[in-house]
Amino acid sequence: MSDLEAFRAETREWLEANCPPEMRQPVRDEQDIYWGGRNATFKNDAQKAWFEACRDKGYTVPEWPKEYGGAGLSPAEGKILRQEMSRMGARPPLSSFGIWMLGPALLHFGTEGQKKRFLNEIAAGEIRWCQGYSEPGSGSDLVSMQTFGEDKGDHWVVNGQKIWTSYADEADWIFCLVRTDKQNKYQGITFMLFDMAGEGVSTKPIKLISGNSPFCETFFDDVKVPKSYGEDIPGYVGEINRGWDVAKYLLGHEREMISGAGGGDRTAAIGAAMKRNAGELDAVLRAELAMFDVDALAYTAMGEKFLDEMKVGKGHPAQPNMMKYAGTELNKRRHELMMAAGGSRALEWESDETSGGKPARNWLRTKANSIEGGTSEVMLNVISKRILDLPGA
Amino acid sequence: MPLYYDDDQAMLAETAQQFMSEEGAIAKQLRHWRDRDCKDGFGHGLWKQFAEMGFTGMLVDEDDGGLGMGHVEAGIVLENIGRNLTPSPFLSSSVLAATALKHGSDDVRGRWLPGLIEGEKVYSVAIDEGAKHRPETIACKAEKSGNGFKLSGKKDYVVYGASSEMIVVAARTSGGDSDADGITLFAVPQDASGMSHDSVRLVDSSMASHVTFDGVELDGDAVIGEVDGGREVLNNMLMAGRVGAAAEGCGVASGAMDMTVDYLKQRKQFGKLIGEFQALQHRAAHLYSEVEIARAVTIKAAQLLDGGSEKADLMASVAKAKVAKAAGLAVKEGVQMHGGIGMTDEYDIGLYMKRDRALQEFLGDMYYHAGRVAEMSGY
Repeated sequence: MSDLEAFRAETREWLEANCPPEMRQPVRDEQDIYWGGRNATFKNDAQKAWFEACRDKGYTVPEWPKEYGGAGLSPAEGKILRQEMSRMGARPPLSSFGIWMLGPALLHFGTEGQKKRFLNEIAAGEIRWCQGYSEPGSGSDLVSMQTFGEDKGDHWVVNGQKIWTSYADEADWIFCLVRTDKQNKYQGITFMLFDMAGEGVSTKPIKLISGNSPFCETFFDDVKVPKSYGEDIPGYVGEINRGWDVAKYLLGHEREMISGAGGGDRTAAIGAAMKRNAGELDAVLRAELAMFDVDALAYTAMGEKFLDEMKVGKGHPAQPNMMKYAGTELNKRRHELMMAAGGSRALEWESDETSGGKPARNWLRTKANSIEGGTSEVMLNVISKRILDLPGA
Repeated sequence: MPLYYDDDQAMLAETAQQFMSEEGAIAKQLRHWRDRDCKDGFGHGLWKQFAEMGFTGMLVDEDDGGLGMGHVEAGIVLENIGRNLTPSPFLSSSVLAATALKHGSDDVRGRWLPGLIEGEKVYSVAIDEGAKHRPETIACKAEKSGNGFKLSGKKDYVVYGASSEMIVVAARTSGGDSDADGITLFAVPQDASGMSHDSVRLVDSSMASHVTFDGVELDGDAVIGEVDGGREVLNNMLMAGRVGAAAEGCGVASGAMDMTVDYLKQRKQFGKLIGEFQALQHRAAHLYSEVEIARAVTIKAAQLLDGGSEKADLMASVAKAKVAKAAGLAVKEGVQMHGGIGMTDEYDIGLYMKRDRALQEFLGDMYYHAGRVAEMSGY
């Protein structure tokens, strides 16, 4: 038996022993997702047991090094763990922007001191992070952001406003882009880390068309942000005034994630399931579903090629922009067709049969896919310039 | 298996790219033969060169004198054929007929394969009966006659049929027109009496025949595979041909796209390069994304086919449909973005549009294959 086969057998056994049956059910509502943080509560004992088992094993962040709270798995082992979890339908033990976004940035740009402290806190689910990027006047043109940190020697005093801060009202800390040099557009931004409980920070949830409020407006009113949290723990990532490099790195990472390159439901064919639900399909709807399934199955192959090429450093470095564009547009189309096939049942906003209006709410949620993390239009700009090398701006 | 070319395949891609862009170039082949009103529609000299490159017999088993390669490799050659609009019997002879001949007896393979591998002979396939691809229905009949068969009926869209030394014909030996069973494939030689061609030039300057079989007498050894058991041979041939046509379509799409993107960087209007206009940039970027996805699924389908996967049939249809969509977009955007000169015969972009149209129709268009995807998926 090869090492990887042995690892698979071992992993399967561990999962069987540690993942409670309740945690092998599909996620039904927001409470089924455990986000961690100072104020976190578990929905039930099973969620707690599953989270703690994974935390102790390093499986909340399996591929991070052990000294930062991970399990130090190789990419191949990480893939096996994901496959085995997906095979049994195991829920992620911990979800967080710390794992998805700040973690990768710290692993790439952070100091040893920052990694030891912040990565361990993230892995253990102790601190819940949120991301402060967009501002009311700076969406697609993110670099025009105005939130300003005035240099006061050992700290900054930050004033301004962020928007679309996911779960800011429930987050403990924020990683936040703050302008520290008004003269220098790209090299005048610092990627700061600070506590949301500090004085002068306030949040206000934004109610979306889906009826949910996953995003907030976040206000900073003379917020004091230390330049250091102790030896080798700066209050910013990378260098002062060079936060745009970190932000760009993270945006690339986010685009890969949103593109759904890993496959899964959002890229699968749907025609057969729609027929099972709807019974008879209108001829033209059937045709549209068939054309969608062609695109979806082709995109799945593209996702596989994209990941295979990424592993060996082939493929264009700007390719994630193409994946994000094509993947999100496809997902919007998918939900349009699901609504059409679902008929009046899919319109229900609050009913047990729809688990609280899931079809309609999910459909509306997908409209943000091609806006968040860089709009489709921005993706097309990037492809034009970086891949096709078209002239101008 | 990762979804990119291994080292050998990457080397083949380089060789094929260089060969086709030189020897198979539009001016040297497509325009050359078209402007001389060549009745073959392709050059026999180039076909000999294909043989020297090892292309003609690449799918033929090594035991039969071929290279024993797979559909990923054939796809590499076809993509370069597509890029250069190279008129050639490669898809009909070296992919479709060669796949059918794999099922032939020692005698059948011994009779037909050497000529193919040497580039001496050209073969075609006769599947369609009517203007649309409907291989589920085969009415062309082969009745038992003495030790052999008597073939009667009509076939359409037989590419390079009149120039072919042999045509693989799908005919009915039992059952009703729409039965899955009761099909037999025959290798019909060019000189078979009772076979007549109405050879027509198509929009892309290729030649195709309406073939009439009027009581064509065939020996028993003209049968490829089993009598009445030809559906499997036909299906294998169709899968190979569809994946091959998809690969050629990827070449047509990327050739048209590259030419158009280059043009956007040269043409000036309103004192600017037109490639600076966002309206055109976004369309070009969307096109890029479609073409990339089409290539990915084509390589995927070829790999599945080479691996003997059950999913190969489904993915062959997905690839054929997706490529049709992407290549159709590439040539339409190509002509539009070239503006007035895109309508002229002098510029090559219109030739891409014409080739795409013919290729779309070959072995089933986007609508046929999307419908097939739905059926195979159970709706």
